[in-house]
Amino acid sequence: MTGTDGPALVLRDVAKSFGSVVALRAATLAVDAGSIHALVGENGAGKSTLVKIISGLHRRDGGEFLLEGRSVDFRSTAESKAAGIAVIYQEPTLFPDLSVTENIFMGRQPTGRWGRIDRRAMNTEAHALFEQLGVQIDPDRPAEGLSIADQQIIEIAKAISLQARVLIMDEPTAALSGNEVERLMTVARTLRDSGCAVVFISHRFDEVFELCDTITVMRDGSYVSTDPVDQVDVDDVVRRLVGREVGDLYPKQPSEIGDVVLEVKGLTSLGLFSDVDLTVRSGEIVGLAGLVGAGRSEVAQAIFGVDSYNAGTVHVDGRPVPARNPVKAMEMGIALVPEDRRRHGLVLEEDISRNITSATRRSLSHGGLIWSALERRSARQWASRLEVKASALDTLGGTLSGGNQQKVVLAKWLSTEPRVLIIDEPTRGIDVGTKSEVHRLLSTLAQEGLGILMISSELPEVLGMADRVVVLSEGHVTAELGRDEATPEAVMHAATSSQREHA
Amino acid sequence: MNTYADSARPLLMRLFVNRDAAVLLLLAVVVLYSMAAVPFFSNDITLYFLLLDLTPILLIALPMTLVIITGEIDLSVASTVALSSVLFGVLHRDGVPILLAAVLALLTGALAGAFNGFLVTKVGLPSLAVTIGTLALYRGIAVGLLGTTAITEWPEGWTDLAKAKIGESMVPLVLIPIVVLSVLFAILLHFTTFGRGVYAIGLSKEAARFSGVNVDRTKVVLFTLSGLVSALAGIYFTLRYGSARGDNATGLELQVIAAVLLGGVSIFGGKGAIPGVLGGVLLIGVIASALRLADYSANVIQILTGVLLIASVVAPSLLGWIGATRQRKVKSSRK
Repeated sequence: MTGTDGPALVLRDVAKSFGSVVALRAATLAVDAGSIHALVGENGAGKSTLVKIISGLHRRDGGEFLLEGRSVDFRSTAESKAAGIAVIYQEPTLFPDLSVTENIFMGRQPTGRWGRIDRRAMNTEAHALFEQLGVQIDPDRPAEGLSIADQQIIEIAKAISLQARVLIMDEPTAALSGNEVERLMTVARTLRDSGCAVVFISHRFDEVFELCDTITVMRDGSYVSTDPVDQVDVDDVVRRLVGREVGDLYPKQPSEIGDVVLEVKGLTSLGLFSDVDLTVRSGEIVGLAGLVGAGRSEVAQAIFGVDSYNAGTVHVDGRPVPARNPVKAMEMGIALVPEDRRRHGLVLEEDISRNITSATRRSLSHGGLIWSALERRSARQWASRLEVKASALDTLGGTLSGGNQQKVVLAKWLSTEPRVLIIDEPTRGIDVGTKSEVHRLLSTLAQEGLGILMISSELPEVLGMADRVVVLSEGHVTAELGRDEATPEAVMHAATSSQREHA
Repeated sequence: MNTYADSARPLLMRLFVNRDAAVLLLLAVVVLYSMAAVPFFSNDITLYFLLLDLTPILLIALPMTLVIITGEIDLSVASTVALSSVLFGVLHRDGVPILLAAVLALLTGALAGAFNGFLVTKVGLPSLAVTIGTLALYRGIAVGLLGTTAITEWPEGWTDLAKAKIGESMVPLVLIPIVVLSVLFAILLHFTTFGRGVYAIGLSKEAARFSGVNVDRTKVVLFTLSGLVSALAGIYFTLRYGSARGDNATGLELQVIAAVLLGGVSIFGGKGAIPGVLGGVLLIGVIASALRLADYSANVIQILTGVLLIASVVAPSLLGWIGATRQRKVKSSRK
């Protein structure tokens, strides 16, 4: 029953600018009812702006916007909701202290006599919604402590109870694990079969090709192409996305592996990870693999000293690194590019110049004093080395696309001239073009003798880039595999094996 | 090789279209108008008393600026003024040499500030709650030490010093330490790595921590400085009025915070600069002084200060809205 019900949502030649910045030139998207439509594009291609126009957060400057054949122009998100459009974001915002049911019916609780809230009706409908979606969530539990995946399901349930005809999922799977992605896909298919028009935005092509019926590609704020998924393959899509041929997605070059630069022994933090041993040699890329929640980021943050640990030692070039002292760790040559770049990696309201120099200020200052001119000189040099796309050094970090933000964070840490670079999810939420740039950069850095510890949830990235793979499961190292032994099966087996088997 | 402009805005725009410039411009307008329209305003004696009266606010506004930029607040400053004033008086009365008494009062102020910092960082309480508590605590100790009495016996040389003028002019001598401290605080905030850390903490505490900024130590240092400078203001206050009392400087904290916010510091942290703050303090002082000379009552002065403060907090969002509306109009007229 795919694509037989006519277009539910049509946007044609939609344009939008913010001041002098053109976000959309001529965006076109036509989504049929009863189908799942993928919208792909590099970061900065205009997908998010398009979604914000559909959801009523922004108003378009030009072009057509038809919902079920009628021209619409939403001035607020309330108007778009009332018209049957729902948007599911990567990280939903629920009221943590209220129950799941109360969250679903927030602001529109069914009422009985004298305006009293009819809890029984609410509960019955919540149960029915979850049954319809085929998921098991207790409607009476508080929203606090629910996984991101469950929170998204609750947002979807809310959308259905609002009779949404168009459901937009904006990178819903970025923070989900394997099973959770499967479940979300099942829910999406259920919605499609009930006649919804679903728009699915994702950087993960395997998901796009598995789930979607049609795929629309955007580049630089404009429409590129729309095809049924069975008539294109990943290479076609990638070519259209970047507007050029992408050679090898993971261009790891062989490099000379030298002495041990980072040595971690018996690192333990109660309840998070225990007895973790790791070594990274100069010129080597060590992949730290494992499922979300296995304790990989926690290990990285303990090594760098932003978090404390209970036992164990960290050495750089044979010298002990004191615990919980990021300044000392930086001085000794450790750099950490954190997973959450918007929260930990950079200060969004500061400009590129200050962000890039924020880790090197001490060495940039003369006699304790620092001038903007000094900062700008260093920032200009590193921004151009990493090809950060911006016109001025006082561009705020928060206005850059994800890929450019990551380049700024990388510039910030590479300017400290580290001995070992710990990089947590180097390419999460980054477009394909920038992704291969980052991979090429990491490869070059390794060749120049840097030791790299790379945490990644993307298996192809780990297998393509790493010389050696260390696998964590439930806070324990469950495998250490050489490049030749590291197959997807071996890594996944170690990542899912529980500690009991190893004890 | 990419090249990057220093800024997306032309240099003149950056220099003259910002909060600090707006405050200083407004100050200039008010001063010029008052000189022309308010009798006696342009006398040098007006300036002399204006500066003497504003000294405690000017002093305390300096560390307060840094504290608020990190996203914290210190409401205990006026109580610290009183505590150090009373301690200074009691020690002097009991025969401690006056210089030593001053040093001990300063140390007590620093200690009081450090205690705030300890509660905020190590115990992890919000500074609003902590300093409301110590506001009462320090004031309580001050009143407890002296009751309703006052110490008014001071060596004349010292009280004269607080009111002394530079040479033959009508410029008060206290302007010199104020200028020196202002320059020091401006350097600390705008030209040191410590100052960069202060802004980073205010904008994103987490990102600051991941960049190697010692968030807790920075805050303890700032609260300690706040206590120390408040104690200095307390000593000045005592000598200027020749009186150490438990109720000295009651309500001063609100005047300081009002001036700092008027000077363009964001109450949400991360934004603000020393020149604007100095302008903010002077602006409030000049308006109050001009109104007083024009025979308005204290109520009017207070109401106007309140209105100004709200306007200064509302102004940025209002300007943003006007800008957005204008852009929309330009666009629709182009179609």
